[in-house]
Amino acid sequence: MKIKRIGVAAIALAAAGALALSGCTSGGADPSAPAGDATAVITTNGSEPQNPLIPTNTNEVGGGKILDAIFAGLVYYDAKGAAHNDVAESIETDDAQNYTITLKADQTFSDGSPVTANSFVDAWNYGADTANEQLSQYFFESIEGFSYDESVPELPGLEVVDDTTFTVALKQPESDFPLRLGYSAFYPLPEGALDDPAAFGENPVGNGPYMLDGEGAWKHNEKIDLVINPDYDGPRKAVNGGLSIIFYASQDAAYADLQGGNLDVLDAIPDSALETFEDEFADRSVTQAAAIFQSFTIPARLPHFSGEEGNLRRQAISLAINREEITDVIFAGTRTPAHDFTSPVIDGYSEEIPGSEVLEYNPDEAKKLWAEADAIAPWDGTFKIAYNADGGHQAWVDAVSNGLKNTLGIDASGDPYPTFAEARTKITDRTIQTAFRSGWQADYPALFNFLGPLYGTGAGSNDGDYSNPEVDTLLKEGLAETDIAAANEKFQAAQEILFQDLPVVPLWYSTVNGAWSELVNDVEFGWNSVPLYYQITKSE
Amino acid sequence: MAGYILRRLLQAIPVLLGTTFLIYFMVFAMPGDPIVALFGDKTPPPSVIESLRERYHLDQPFIVQYFIFLGNIFRGDLGVSFSGQPVSEILMATFPVTLRLAAMAVFFEMVAGITIGLVSGLRKGGIFDASALVVSLILISLPIFVLAFVMQWFFGIYLGWFRTTVGPGAPTQDLILPAIVLATISFAQIVRLTRASVIETGGQDFVRTAASKGLSRNRIVPVHILRNSLIPVVTYLAVDFGTLMVGATVTEGIFNVPGVGRTLYQAIIRGEGPTVVSFVTIMVLIYLVVNLLVDLLYAVLDPRIRYAK
Repeated sequence: MKIKRIGVAAIALAAAGALALSGCTSGGADPSAPAGDATAVITTNGSEPQNPLIPTNTNEVGGGKILDAIFAGLVYYDAKGAAHNDVAESIETDDAQNYTITLKADQTFSDGSPVTANSFVDAWNYGADTANEQLSQYFFESIEGFSYDESVPELPGLEVVDDTTFTVALKQPESDFPLRLGYSAFYPLPEGALDDPAAFGENPVGNGPYMLDGEGAWKHNEKIDLVINPDYDGPRKAVNGGLSIIFYASQDAAYADLQGGNLDVLDAIPDSALETFEDEFADRSVTQAAAIFQSFTIPARLPHFSGEEGNLRRQAISLAINREEITDVIFAGTRTPAHDFTSPVIDGYSEEIPGSEVLEYNPDEAKKLWAEADAIAPWDGTFKIAYNADGGHQAWVDAVSNGLKNTLGIDASGDPYPTFAEARTKITDRTIQTAFRSGWQADYPALFNFLGPLYGTGAGSNDGDYSNPEVDTLLKEGLAETDIAAANEKFQAAQEILFQDLPVVPLWYSTVNGAWSELVNDVEFGWNSVPLYYQITKSE
Repeated sequence: MAGYILRRLLQAIPVLLGTTFLIYFMVFAMPGDPIVALFGDKTPPPSVIESLRERYHLDQPFIVQYFIFLGNIFRGDLGVSFSGQPVSEILMATFPVTLRLAAMAVFFEMVAGITIGLVSGLRKGGIFDASALVVSLILISLPIFVLAFVMQWFFGIYLGWFRTTVGPGAPTQDLILPAIVLATISFAQIVRLTRASVIETGGQDFVRTAASKGLSRNRIVPVHILRNSLIPVVTYLAVDFGTLMVGATVTEGIFNVPGVGRTLYQAIIRGEGPTVVSFVTIMVLIYLVVNLLVDLLYAVLDPRIRYAK
């Protein structure tokens, strides 16, 4: 996941994300627009990377945005989230477990060294080795031989066949493995990069459409300047002259710069301008759904929330929330009511999954189910939703609590923690004794990424300790399918069960809001809410 | 004099130790684990958390962490931020920017504040005095972020006279607007302070004596009235300079100034102990030095004050 943290708001929640929901505006090609100046540099907003620029050690948007520009992975994602080959010539498998990956010939890094099978395998081994403490280590956990507990310098599951071919063996079939390969953790590294990772992270050398504008192009806390990498000849070839990413501490400052003509492309509109930016930047703004799912988790260990009684209460709570009204009134339409556990920008998404009626506001049914649960064991106490007070959550938590109060006639309230760190700590060590805010931003565009890590028994981010063998089986079967459509059917079947159990109560999806100046054209936002910079044209 | 300065510098040592200890304790006592927060809504494997904690000494008890920090400081090593940048490097990059911003702000408030305060004091009760009072009252009651946003919109976007935010490298012309915003808050205080002081000094015997000796007004005002009125103003300016060095967080955020306030704010949000404590340590140092300089300045302004021994 790319965590975004600008100012106080935005932690892991930041509006980001995109991909054209039907009918959403998006800066498509405008034939009447003047042809772009191939030397014009695009300026855009960003934030100071929180870690050295090493692909396997970057898990937040500030650094991710830069890495995506200066590196090319085996695949890349288009605006719709579909994966296409970038450096890879082919990625083949018969069983969804063993993959043979062939690279295009004669690819080079911007320092002239060749991109070989070893460039990938060495980088992945480095990222996977527990001894290296990489933040994106978990991306490699399904590769044969991976271990969190002991150092494995060379994964037995990765094997170099020749200069342009290597094989990957996974621990179990995972059909969406190729879809992951466009994520920054899987980028290749040039030879010698890992001899001194800190120095490399300061002046990274990649194989992508852009490269750093010489040594020291990263001016800490200020900006980073990227120029065209003349050696890149892949599908993401840039049509502008470079990219200058300016680091902002607040979205308001970035928006002011866009208004003042100092910024070309802005991918996050501050709350203060959400109501006005579409008028001010008519035809030059975008509002799209993002790959961000918002919910609150009710751990099964809470009293009254297990077994038959628990399911009735979960259903009742979900039915008592008026999602339409809250997204309209509180979020001014910058959230879309949820219809499932994933996101509309993902291939295979459906609003029609049986059981999803539980996400519709239905106070009568809610009261009925709550009364049935009370017949099993009478309710006592207060229903609390914990949230971090530094993330702008209070308004919706209060609205949801009030809805529960009015509909179910119970005591309900928010339970704020001052900081994100404190809330996450309490959630992670399982000392939290209330329901809590939860959310998920996809790492790669696939249904499984919204389900497996969150609802599989014992999965890494299963913070509510949900466990249902049927869900586990369906997820596993879905992963074993080599056909994406067949796999998605299994995943949707798993969601049907999730709608019965409601381990988390789905709330809404985030949207991305962006705007750009008159100078630029062809602005389109990717599935992950980051503009596709390489295809932006600028006239000067 | 030298002895006085030495004594003051020695006094600074316990103050420094005390403040770093307090700040370190407060950062340490901040609830939540910054390492867990690094992973956002995802839950990292326990082994990864542990090794990261070890790297930043977060697994040690508070007092051990503090002494490790202190020991490193004496070796000139201020630690490393989460992004792998030495804290000393961050300090070197951000302090000059904030220093320039603060100096410009103090310059603006000094020139405007003392001039207007002096004229107000000399023409007590006149139209100028009354309007200066009204304007300064309005400015005192405006929250700084309101002022900053309004100025940014009016001068930056509507008129287009200034760049809306501070550009890369923080060129001086970009700092003018935020410096004016910063100056505005204290400007009003300085006007009031100067005015009151000028009125008081103007009524003193030595001013009347000077006048009766036949000295011209051009000589009396700057040499006899102004110089003697400046003592409280200079104290205020110096304290204000100290405050500006450390407290421009809001303004630096709005104008995206790559200075101390913005960096410190982000470090606090991320729970980066070493960065926060190092910054605050330097701030305390600056505050102490500025205060010492003020005390020495008194002697220059008022020959009656002498620092013996």
